[in-house]
Amino acid sequence: MNPLLQAKDVNIFYGDKQAVQNVDLDVHTGTVNALIGPSGCGKTTFLRAINRMHDLTPGARVTGQILLDGEDIYAPGVDPVAMRRRVGMVFQKPNPFPTMSVFDNVVAGLKLAGMRNRDQLMAVAERSLRGAALWEEVKERLNTPATGLSGGQQQRLCIARALAVDPEILLMDEPTSALDPSSTAKIEELMTELKKVTTIIIVTHNMHQAARVSDTTSFFLVGDLVEHGPTDRLFQSPRDERTEAYVTGRFG
Amino acid sequence: MSTATSARPQVRTGLSAARRAQNMMMGGLILLATLLVVAPLILIFVYLIREGIDAVNLDFFTKIPAPEGETGGGLLNAILGSLYMLAMSSVFGVLVGIAGGIFLAEYPRHPLMPSIRLVSDVLAGIPAIVMGLVAYGLIVLNFGFSGFAGAVALGFLMIPIVVRTTEEVLKLVPQAVREAGLSLGLPQWLVTLRIVLPAAAGGIITGVMLALARVAGEAAPLLFTAFGNPNVNLDPSKPMSALPLEIYRGATSAYDENQRMAKAGALLLIVLIFVTSLLARRFSRKV
Repeated sequence: MNPLLQAKDVNIFYGDKQAVQNVDLDVHTGTVNALIGPSGCGKTTFLRAINRMHDLTPGARVTGQILLDGEDIYAPGVDPVAMRRRVGMVFQKPNPFPTMSVFDNVVAGLKLAGMRNRDQLMAVAERSLRGAALWEEVKERLNTPATGLSGGQQQRLCIARALAVDPEILLMDEPTSALDPSSTAKIEELMTELKKVTTIIIVTHNMHQAARVSDTTSFFLVGDLVEHGPTDRLFQSPRDERTEAYVTGRFG
Repeated sequence: MSTATSARPQVRTGLSAARRAQNMMMGGLILLATLLVVAPLILIFVYLIREGIDAVNLDFFTKIPAPEGETGGGLLNAILGSLYMLAMSSVFGVLVGIAGGIFLAEYPRHPLMPSIRLVSDVLAGIPAIVMGLVAYGLIVLNFGFSGFAGAVALGFLMIPIVVRTTEEVLKLVPQAVREAGLSLGLPQWLVTLRIVLPAAAGGIITGVMLALARVAGEAAPLLFTAFGNPNVNLDPSKPMSALPLEIYRGATSAYDENQRMAKAGALLLIVLIFVTSLLARRFSRKV
């Protein structure tokens, strides 16, 4: 089976400083893929290249190819707006849209893009909130401000919001780092469900989390992809000694 | 309170007499500085109330000025003229100002950004009377004195203030909120208009109100644009009165009655600005 996402010789620069070097990586449909490594290793930088978030950063530059279904998302003529619809993102801190209700947050991607049919929006909202394991907790308060939810609920709301536009890939940038252990557990549980409908690439600085939730793991170190493989194999018998040093907790 | 602290080592008793004297002196100096800051406002307020409050009655709000040297009359022409011109100028100043602020805050990679910022900064430094001259050259020379020309001059004055506050407030909206919008596959203009702008609305309203309060007191740019009018006029193509113009006219008059009217006008203006600032604070607190 062809990989859903293929990175080929990806290099990322901030001005003159290179943050990621020569990364090649394949991601298959319906899997959870973890990117791990110490702070500043380039894992988040690489993740943000997958939905062209660096377009917003002055001075940031990406070279090489990132193929989504065989098409280079950095090719001239590719509309980043249409592309981002296929690649959703959940961020480090919960970031619901501050002026919107729970309902409006979930359907923002569709409603602001022009979908007006209330029944249709309601159906999407319920499906997405169920998908994010939040429906039961918020179904009575869909019209209250999203900022009134707890941190863990807000993060699941952000997941629901991303799911609502039905992305092929969901990027998660340390999605539980701002949450307490029980909220973290809920989101980790959720990921195994989510991979039935989408493909997940998750950045985490928590190795145990990577081991618990992911099918494949990629270990980054100072901008290099040191090792990539099935999660069990990478944690139990790492091939590179730097990977072994990291996963056994000798640094990082 | 005392039982709680008695168990701990008593840090404060070690303060020497010299330290305590120094502390008191500095406290006194700060209090003095604060009083010096507040004093002008209090002095102006007390003076205007003493001199002008007698003229503030029903006539003041409902009648036009009496002829030179006669008693009675009011400032209805100026009150309506000021409100009318402020409303007109904000249509123009607020729209252009918010658009400029959005551009500066949301399109930092645009090649035109540095020039727009420079223009806005220079505009902020242009004296009000020069802004009046611009409107004079553009409009008055072609169409004569008019309320519209006055509103244009005031609008130009509002633009840099609104640009600045809009930009500052938009920059307070977390970048993550914009990224979340974009990652849903929404185009940037939709993210700006429907997600970022509503989040900053309270602060922008504050900026607009402060800009209004600031230009409401300008006389210089109106002298040779709106010109002034002893009668009530709501036709923007004709000369129009405004509170600062009546204050100027009254204060430079030889008659006591006109001078008292000017002080009452000034009092009204200050109260209006005070109320606007209070409202602006309310809005900014909601953000």
